[in-house]
Amino acid sequence: MQRSWRRRFHLPAVIGTIPMILVAVGVFVIGIGFSVLWSFTSSKLFPNYDFVGLAQYRRLWADSRWLVSVNNIWFFGLMSITCNMVFGYLLAVFMDQRIRQEDLFRSIFLYPFAMSLIVTGLVWQWVLDPNLGLQEAMRNLGWSSFSFAPLVDANTAIYALVVAGIWQGSGVTMAILLAGLRGVDEEIWKAARVDGIPTWRTHVSIVAPMMKGAFATAFVLQCVGVVRVYDLVIAMTGGGPGIATSMPAVYVIQLITVRQNVGQGMAAATMMLLPVLVVLAFGGLVMWRRNRQREAAL
Amino acid sequence: MRYRILTAALAASAALQFAGTAKATDLEVIHWWTSKGESAAVSQFAKAFDNDGHGDKWVDSAIALGETARSTVMQRVLGGDPPGAAQFNPGRQYEELISGGKLLDLTDVATAGKWDQVIRPKAIGSACLVDGHWWCVPVNIHSNYWAWYSKPVFEKAGVPEPKNLADFIAAAPKIKEAGLIPFAIGGDGNGWQIQLLFQDMVTEALGVAKRDEMYTKKSAEIAGGPEMKGVFTQLRTLKQFTDNGYANRNWNDTTNLVITGKAGLQVMGDWARGEFAAAGMTGVKDFGCMIGLNEAKPVVSTDGDIIVFFKQNNPDVEAAQKRLAALLISPEVQVAFNNAKGSMPVRGDVDMSTADPCMQKSLKAVEDPANIVTATNRFITENTNQQLNELVAQFFADDSMTADDATAKFATIIGNSD
Repeated sequence: MQRSWRRRFHLPAVIGTIPMILVAVGVFVIGIGFSVLWSFTSSKLFPNYDFVGLAQYRRLWADSRWLVSVNNIWFFGLMSITCNMVFGYLLAVFMDQRIRQEDLFRSIFLYPFAMSLIVTGLVWQWVLDPNLGLQEAMRNLGWSSFSFAPLVDANTAIYALVVAGIWQGSGVTMAILLAGLRGVDEEIWKAARVDGIPTWRTHVSIVAPMMKGAFATAFVLQCVGVVRVYDLVIAMTGGGPGIATSMPAVYVIQLITVRQNVGQGMAAATMMLLPVLVVLAFGGLVMWRRNRQREAAL
Repeated sequence: MRYRILTAALAASAALQFAGTAKATDLEVIHWWTSKGESAAVSQFAKAFDNDGHGDKWVDSAIALGETARSTVMQRVLGGDPPGAAQFNPGRQYEELISGGKLLDLTDVATAGKWDQVIRPKAIGSACLVDGHWWCVPVNIHSNYWAWYSKPVFEKAGVPEPKNLADFIAAAPKIKEAGLIPFAIGGDGNGWQIQLLFQDMVTEALGVAKRDEMYTKKSAEIAGGPEMKGVFTQLRTLKQFTDNGYANRNWNDTTNLVITGKAGLQVMGDWARGEFAAAGMTGVKDFGCMIGLNEAKPVVSTDGDIIVFFKQNNPDVEAAQKRLAALLISPEVQVAFNNAKGSMPVRGDVDMSTADPCMQKSLKAVEDPANIVTATNRFITENTNQQLNELVAQFFADDSMTADDATAKFATIIGNSD
């Protein structure tokens, strides 16, 4: 028992993490606590402590814009995460073929991730604006019936956001997965080749399972990016046309700043926290079970 | 608004810079007067304040788009670093600032300047006079109830100039045939331009009395009635006459379509006239204006702009704030500002004989109290206002939403408003 306590709480490590613990408690825990607290109050412009129970949540779930936002984030999240993982993996495999100018390609693919999403969003907005961008350019070249303006149609604007999300996110997924691929022992490839296993089969059945860690890292990064997606929407569509591309984070900021309704904004923020907590709890459970199994094995 | 974010970022960084070096009489003013005509107008304020003989300095913080500017001000107030002064619209946007004790009481300045006598109509003053104290300075009267059209476009299409909205809808197909955009509009900032059009159409359809009853009594019955369904149906018709570049367009780019003869007509408040004036056009031969969407029933609204002053713990700053407050409402500054802006002065005792034909129309209409429409913001909070914005913008963007659905949702929002 004594040994296991020491192993868990190594003194220098504890001292080293104290600043981080203070920041985490001070900023995150207290901040989140107040958010949840205010979500039960009637706070408008100034936060107050007039508790109204679940009234803000009832109003929230009756608001069509919130419902649209929730649908949008599921759609955006599933589409962009799936595509990013697939494209990222394919790009990583391509980069792993010992191609020439690998550094150059890596920079090109990573470049979108280094750029601010505001800039990315504005550039996409200009390209897709029917009066300024692609459509006007093609028409000026003489193709007068050319029509391509996804951002102004409520049904297609979300796809344009997904494409921009992929453009921005697949490079970094590639970098993480490439590192994972390089970590796979060369001997495994040789052995697979000797056994006459086709390359794609080696990837799917042997290499990919070995890269669980890299996949998990890339996946978590993507998820975090999706939950807090804000700047891309603001820069590209402003949540429009109408409310077609609104997202929860955009909704929260809008409620707190423009609509001067802090209580309902906090209720929305709390709803955003819930899925994150569920994922964390699930991850914790898996870890706990694994640790218990390992300890039992010892 | 294409440059909105960049402009906001620049303005914010400029504001930070000034906040550090502000001296006693440097007064930062946050406002959203960023278009060509508006900048020309606000520079009249700055010029008068800089040259008032006290060494005061107007520190300009222009942040594009009202909702962005207002939320910046609110964040600064909450963060304990309020600007010296800020622009708002008369209504309920700043009621919590008053009840929270954040604003400077201007009652002594108002008494000295006899504001209760010179400001007309009374409705404008009452936006600032709350519980016997003056909390803000009204600087102009804006009317939202205008449509602006390009005379050359109507000529080219071979249709007569419109006298009301029905005339225009009848003429629109001909304009479209001529290869021009009949109806210009923009969807930036949660679609406030579309809501402005919508509000004008509501007043036209319901009439002033019934409209006021709907908002004051929060009557879901009127809000869900047949007139409102008619408004939504007409709005859908108007959408057929727009171009597909509307989604992110800001209001002055929309006006520019009319100025350059690419589009026929725009429904916008009288500040659009400042853009025509800044482009060197006059309302006699280049552009026409339609008051109240119906020349036979002229209406003007008592919207406008007000300036609030934030409490600061520095007597020098407070003195400068009061000097500015008195200056904003002085006759010379009122004439200079409003001529450039295209709005009406808040006092009736100034000479506006140099005003153009469109302003003469509104100056004439404002004389008769029956023509005056109270601003929607007076009745509803910013929360409700934004909900209406979203509904109207959603209806405009999404062709699958029926007029019946939209009317029902409108009735719910009005019925639940606080």
